[in-house]
Order: sequence, then C-alpha cells, then structure tokens
Amino acid sequence: MIKDKIERKVVIPGEVIVKGEDYLPGEGAEKKGDEIITTRYGLAEESNKLIKVIALSGIYQPRRGNIIIGKVENITFYGWVIDIDCPEGAFLPLQEVPKYVNKDRLNDILDIEDMIVAKIIGVTNRGIDLTIKSRGLGKIDEGIIIKINSNRVPRVIGKEGSMINLIKKESDCNVTVGQNGLIWIKGNKIDDELLVKKAIMFVSEKSFTSGLTDEVKKWFEKEKKKTMEKSE
Amino acid sequence: MSTAKIFKRPDGRKPDEIRAMEAKVGVIPNANGSAMFSFGDTIAIAAVYGPRKMHPQHQQNPEKGTLRCNYSMLSFSVSERIKPGPNRRSTEISKITEWALEPVLMIKKYPNMVVDVHINILQANASTRCAGINAAALALAHAGIPMRDLVSSISIGKLDKQLVVDLNKEEEDWEEGEGSTDIPITMTPNGEITHIQLDGRITSEELKEVIGLAEKMTKEVYEVQKKALKDSIKI
Repeated sequence: MIKDKIERKVVIPGEVIVKGEDYLPGEGAEKKGDEIITTRYGLAEESNKLIKVIALSGIYQPRRGNIIIGKVENITFYGWVIDIDCPEGAFLPLQEVPKYVNKDRLNDILDIEDMIVAKIIGVTNRGIDLTIKSRGLGKIDEGIIIKINSNRVPRVIGKEGSMINLIKKESDCNVTVGQNGLIWIKGNKIDDELLVKKAIMFVSEKSFTSGLTDEVKKWFEKEKKKTMEKSE
Repeated sequence: MSTAKIFKRPDGRKPDEIRAMEAKVGVIPNANGSAMFSFGDTIAIAAVYGPRKMHPQHQQNPEKGTLRCNYSMLSFSVSERIKPGPNRRSTEISKITEWALEPVLMIKKYPNMVVDVHINILQANASTRCAGINAAALALAHAGIPMRDLVSSISIGKLDKQLVVDLNKEEEDWEEGEGSTDIPITMTPNGEITHIQLDGRITSEELKEVIGLAEKMTKEVYEVQKKALKDSIKI
C-alpha cells in the first residue's frame, strides 16, 4: 500500500498547526502573526504549503456545483422550495426544469414530498438556487434513500470515486451520493439495495481507517459468502 | 505559603488540587455536537444543535449568528429534589454561559441563524456552572463551529484567608473566620478572561492572586479538554 504523503493530525480550535512565514491558511485555519491557527475541530492537512482543516462534524455547508438530494417542501408560483437538510432553504426555479411547464399545474412535474437529485448553481445570502437541467438529475421515482453524516460523504465516494465505484460494481446497483449526506440507491432487487445500504453504513462507521477500499472489498466477499450459505 | 501546609480542606485535598476531572465528547448521538465534563461528583452534559434558522423570525439578526444557551439542573441532581424547569438562578447562569462562550465563537458567518447549547447538570456538588461551561466549549468544538480558541472554567474560593481551587458544596457553605468566597473564572489558554463572577468578600490584592491562580488551574482543565477532543478520533 502507498503511504499517505500528506501528514494528517487531529487539531482543536486555537491550536497552532505550524509556525513560519511561508505557510498559507486554507479552510478552517487562520493566520495570526507568523503562526497558522486552527479555527475548527478536524484533521489538519498540508499540501503545497497550504494548510487546511477537514471538518469531521457539523452541519452540511452548501457549495456551488454540489450534487444534492432534497425533498420538495412547498410549491410557489415560480418554482419549488426544496428541503436539502441545511439551515438555508433551497429553491428550484421554473426555468431550471428541462421540460415545458404549465404554470397552473406545477405539481404535475414535482409534487410536495417528492425527492429530487439536483445541482446547486448558486449560493447567495438570500438562499440557494438549484437546477435539474443536466444528466442524472431530476425526480427520483424508485429505490431507497438513506442518510449519513454529510462529513463522511468524501469517504463514501473515495479517491476519484474508487469507493463508490467498488460498491456499484459489487452490488450491481445504481448509487447517487448527495453531498448533503443523502444517498439514493436503485437496484434490480431489494436485497441488492439493502446490501449497498449495509456497505455504506460500514464505510461511514469506519471512516477514519486507512486502506478502507481493500477492507470493503473483503467485507463484500464475506457478505456474499453468507448469502450463498443461506440460499443453500 | 506556610499556611498552605497547615490548612486542611474537608475532603483532604491540597489547596490547589482540582477534583478528578473527566471529559468525553460525542455522548449524545442525536445532537450536532455533544460533550460531558465532570469535576468529581459534579457532572454536566452539553448538547449543541445548529447552526439553524432562528425562529421566531423577529429574533433573527441579519448581521451575525446568535448563541442561545440553556442551563438546567435536573430534579434529581441535588439531594433535595428541585422543581424542574427554568428558575431565577438557571436563567442567570444560562446568560452567563452565553457571555463566557461568545468571545471565542466565530458565528459572524451565520447570519439569521442560531446555535443552541443545552446544558444539563446530572449531578451537582458545587461548581456546576464551571463544569457546564467546560462541557459547552467541548460540545461547540465537536459540533464543528468555528472558534478562535477553547475556554476553560474553574472556581477559585477563599476559605477564611486561604485560597483554594474547585470548591465543593461543603466548602461553599464554609462559615469559619471570614467565611467562604466563591469566584468562578473562565479563561482561554492564553489567559484572556471571558467570564468572572464573585460571591463573597475579597481584597483587590487577593483578587489579583486569584486571577494568577486561575490562569494556572485553567491550563490543567484545558489539557483534559484537549485530550478528550483528540482521543475521540482514531486515525
């Protein structure tokens, strides 16, 4: 296994990460004199003299370009209000739907309580704007949706999607991970979907272990053996 | 410090000895952040919810986020049952806790939002507000809320003429000589005071000494808090 080049360590607010003029503070860090100080609890990471702190807890912070999963909360004249599990409300305007919409019958397209996969196109202090004008976005009609801590999403996706691709390959399911921690699983059989759910829970529980992808591979083999024995 | 050797505290501690401290984070799975902190028999738990939208809407502040603390002693926390729910004392301590924590919190980035901190005292043997503030600081850090620093709190007391740290109930009710003085102090590890209260009588020279002692003792509390946060993550 390749050793992680970047040294990671747990930091607490107010702790000095490094001293020296040639470092730059990134997310979750601040410069005070010639010291780089943490402003939030998490893992400190250095790359190219840039120090940033990866958050391990806390609420989801929406960013432009994030793919998220949300629930239709309300219908207005100009679009839909979507609950995306963060303090700010999100809005999906009429223009961002890739279909002709009859203004009197918005609920034919999306009704209250419907779940959608959407992309964030803008975060302003007035709210969050969404779009479903792209491939893979839109209404969710079948499958199951589970929720995990949004800070564990990067681990579920893995480096360049390694983890999620492994899960997809092993289970033969279609999995969409929303950055806000909601995950949509769609497979041919319910058992497959439940297996994915179990695998994702396994990953999010063990999210601090290194070499997790290999461990998940082993875990899938074990699970498959179990189901084989059961069917025999 | 010759008197220090002669002076005997009711529970046999040294004047500058804190009761056994214990801290733990992540004790409440439902909350965004949580922590437990104890000084001997005094146990406090804190849960942080948010940042989330402030309701009612007229209380929203578009300039910066709001911190809302809620301190409460559970009815079984003391030997004589106390009536549950807010009372004069708990309302005051809630406000004091807000003031003690606000200087280190960076909630400017969360306009119109509120961070709720619920502090519950499971078991009380004096210094509950200090334990509550310590637990709240840990819980806020655990909830991933940006902070300039942690804060640590300790109560310094004066029994007759002797300065002692971390009073317990028996010492709080001390009546010999000049009686008991209780001074809860909250500080950052750099020695900046965010909260100080005084109950009793003290001269200004003695108060300076108290602050010097508090600076030393809050460092001990800080180490316990630091360890709790660091140990909760295994890489």
